[in-house]
Amino acid sequence: MDEIVKDFLIESNENLDRLDQELVKLESEPSSKELLASIFRTIHTIKGSCGFLGFAHLEKVAHAGESLLSLLRDGKLTLTEEVTSGLLAMVDAVRGMLGEIQATEHDGENDYPELRDQLKLLQGGENAKAVPLPVTASAESHAAAPVATSAESGASVPAPLSVGSAASPPASEIRILEVEPAPQTPPQEEPATPPSVATAPSHRPVAGKIGGILVERGSVKAEDLATALHEQEIGDQRRVGEILVSLGVCTREDVTAAQQILELRGRESGVETVRVGVNLLDKLMNLVGELVLARNQLLQFSNTAQDAGFHAVSQRMNLIATELQEDVMKTRMQPIGNIWNKFPRTVRDLAHSCGKEVRLEMVGQDTELDRTIIEAIKDPLTHLVRNSMDHGIEAPEARKRAGKDATGVLTLRAFHEGGQVNIEISDDGAGLNADRIRKKAVERGLTSSEQAARMPDRDIFNLIFLPGFSTAEKITNVSGRGVGMDVVKTNVEKIGGTVDVQSTAGKGTTVRVKIPLTLAIIPALVVRCSGERFAIPQISLTELVRLESGKAIETVHGAPVYRLRGQLLPLVYLSQTLNARKSRKDETKTEDQTLENEKETALGNVNIVVLQAEGQPFGLVVDDILDTEEIVVKPLGKQLKGISAYSGATIMGDGRIALILDVLGLAQRAKVIAEARESAREEQHSETSKAESRNDHALLLAENGLEGRVAIPLSLVARLEEFPRTVIERAGTQEVMQYRGQIIPLVRLSAIIPATSDAEMLANANSIQVVVYTEGKRTVGLIVDRIVDIVEERAAVESLAPRAGVVGSFVTQRHVTDLLDVPAIVRSAVPGLLDAAEIEAGRT
Amino acid sequence: MASQQFCTFLLDGYLFGVPVPQVQEVIRFHEMTRVPLAHEVVEGMINLRGQIVVAIDLRRRLALRERADGELPINVVVRTPDGAVSLLVDEIGEVIEVEQSSFEAPPETLRGEVRSMILGVHKLEGKLLHVLDTEKACQVSERAQAAVSGR
Repeated sequence: MDEIVKDFLIESNENLDRLDQELVKLESEPSSKELLASIFRTIHTIKGSCGFLGFAHLEKVAHAGESLLSLLRDGKLTLTEEVTSGLLAMVDAVRGMLGEIQATEHDGENDYPELRDQLKLLQGGENAKAVPLPVTASAESHAAAPVATSAESGASVPAPLSVGSAASPPASEIRILEVEPAPQTPPQEEPATPPSVATAPSHRPVAGKIGGILVERGSVKAEDLATALHEQEIGDQRRVGEILVSLGVCTREDVTAAQQILELRGRESGVETVRVGVNLLDKLMNLVGELVLARNQLLQFSNTAQDAGFHAVSQRMNLIATELQEDVMKTRMQPIGNIWNKFPRTVRDLAHSCGKEVRLEMVGQDTELDRTIIEAIKDPLTHLVRNSMDHGIEAPEARKRAGKDATGVLTLRAFHEGGQVNIEISDDGAGLNADRIRKKAVERGLTSSEQAARMPDRDIFNLIFLPGFSTAEKITNVSGRGVGMDVVKTNVEKIGGTVDVQSTAGKGTTVRVKIPLTLAIIPALVVRCSGERFAIPQISLTELVRLESGKAIETVHGAPVYRLRGQLLPLVYLSQTLNARKSRKDETKTEDQTLENEKETALGNVNIVVLQAEGQPFGLVVDDILDTEEIVVKPLGKQLKGISAYSGATIMGDGRIALILDVLGLAQRAKVIAEARESAREEQHSETSKAESRNDHALLLAENGLEGRVAIPLSLVARLEEFPRTVIERAGTQEVMQYRGQIIPLVRLSAIIPATSDAEMLANANSIQVVVYTEGKRTVGLIVDRIVDIVEERAAVESLAPRAGVVGSFVTQRHVTDLLDVPAIVRSAVPGLLDAAEIEAGRT
Repeated sequence: MASQQFCTFLLDGYLFGVPVPQVQEVIRFHEMTRVPLAHEVVEGMINLRGQIVVAIDLRRRLALRERADGELPINVVVRTPDGAVSLLVDEIGEVIEVEQSSFEAPPETLRGEVRSMILGVHKLEGKLLHVLDTEKACQVSERAQAAVSGR
């Protein structure tokens, strides 16, 4: 794509975002000339650039909007809700087309005739009121047209957590419809100088200091300018440039040139800025991370070195690195206003579609956050806003009945506090109904009724973050489907944040989100345990406790606790929580070590790191507490991603790696907190897998011959059946029987595992015992001599001499029992039944 | 006939090979940080010039015998779609060039998970060169081992 088009897209998208806000703002202060002028300028610039770049359809739409706006600007038309909706629809259309350009480099086939007609109708002023144009309706008309509207057109796209980015039209759809590409003007000139400036002087941007530039360029003398300005003062309505031309002191071309310069300067004015790719910033950040690590290493060196000069240099290096780190972090900082900008529009559209009156107030838009965090909280915040709109703020009548102003107030507030950013979303709506939540929670089995009754309201409110919880009485398309709040919580916690809700019945609800400023470099406490170092993010750290003797540790039925200022603090031994497995070689060693550790803690010092997980404090017992350090968070390899106890790794000053503990995951692992935050589905899943693993341990014992005993994992057994011998039929050489409308092959266990059997008894037996085994759609019957029992426990299976169909042997009920490899037996007995390629050559 | 270069190494007496372009580097010995709770084939992590790389014990991965105590493994760092991974091997061999014609798929008798990791063998004079599917070998189940929590 041409640079020129890219610039146009970036600039126009930014302008459009501003336009949304300004239009919504204009609705509340319709007389603001400034706002109108700014809106007009924006649309005008887009229109101008379009004409220049050859986006004819886009130009048409922008032109229709511009005409309407010019009437507003000139006071010939007053702003009504219809007009605003029309203009917003126009903004959506423009955004859709920009997305189209982004994807295909053409502005698409749709030139929005209906929308343009509407806009034209609206120009008729009073008459237009007869033609309602709510945003939702316009959004529908977009949907009907091939070019998609952006997800921003609000309520018509009710995905609970996905207010997508503006420029994402389904490009594929449109490409097919493309017949002729829009003409493309070769990019010879600066995009910043739309030709319309020259051709349509009445629409040119403010000519505030045009005279100054003319003087600067030597086109006019200072005296002439003074004369012209005087003319204006005494009532000449014309612009300075025109006056100067008419005075004959300069040519029209000079004025045009000066205007272009002015436009360029206008962009550069204020603080000088440069556009830098986000990739570059990310790379810089990584490099600074490396530098910080190298700095840490250097400092460690310098601590042991004697050289004073080296000390001085490393100190300076330290300072520079710190400063550089801060500044580079700053480049990634963005005001939270960047994501809030979308909310006035969202709120307006939602209010319209829910029939509510809502005023949005925003405090602290300038609060800055790291880019990655901004991205991460965008969706959760949008969801919270939607939620407040839908559930929090009541309908106007209800509000009046409650003695409140019909217009609800939704407040977004952001501020820094203790190295964290707090974001509050509050509404003055009905508030949460604690009793209803209690009831719901009990109904859903999330808590028992006694528990619920005991819980303070504050804890009750936080139940809304549990998966599958929704108290909305009616499910709307905005929210209330029981997904959402738990997703909000998960997403916020993913970036090390917390969510908390407070509510007063009848007064309103406040959701407070606390998030760290940045993710890339965080302060952490470094501890040692079992010879390895671990980093604990400072954010979850409450305090450090050092006990001179382990005697202060008591146990509640075996669970260690410590009385911290009179409260029992559950203790978690990091070594035990993590030592679930060491490398095989060390297994025995480890056990000794753990014992030793325990002995040590019983006698010597105990270091307790008091942490907080989901509001539940617990003490993590470690071998040693080392230091606090700024650590650079690095992601874990794919092979380690599944371990919830770690959130990442970092490289320490000595070049070695330390794992960063995920306090939440650790707490769950140690069962300090329930794993309730996992989604309901996951829970279900783990339950089934638990059930499976139980089955895994259950074994069906059967007799094979006189002495042989075999075991079959119960999980492989579909059914146990007893049939009269007469059911056995033959298909070729294969013994089969009819079973549930199927012909199933029969396999005699004695044929697979030879055993001395009482042939006579077998021959005389009238019935057979069949273990029905199903794999996929195929079923096989395994004939055993006698089913003995089902046992739960399983001793270690030892593999003696390899035998076909046997995994190994173990002892249960005082008998040596063979554990059968049922799939192998079936495959070898009935080749071709299951996947032929799976047949094991060696076992037939 | 197309030929291919293999970086070879020994594992419990078997000769293995990885296509040269897949190998990022070979490091003799590297300090290892162990990762408790990780899958048993994950021996630990190494710091490769600021990059954290997971080291997989190939012997364990391929269900071979454990390396004797005191034998230091060698890191063969390979490129995978998910970043670099270090494979721990016994001994590094030379780079050899083999013809495609000497290749043969593994025999039917080679079974189980190991089969998925061995693409086949090149029949060399007096020995067989096992061709490792590095991507498969580096795919370790993400499921953490069951927790053995405290009391």
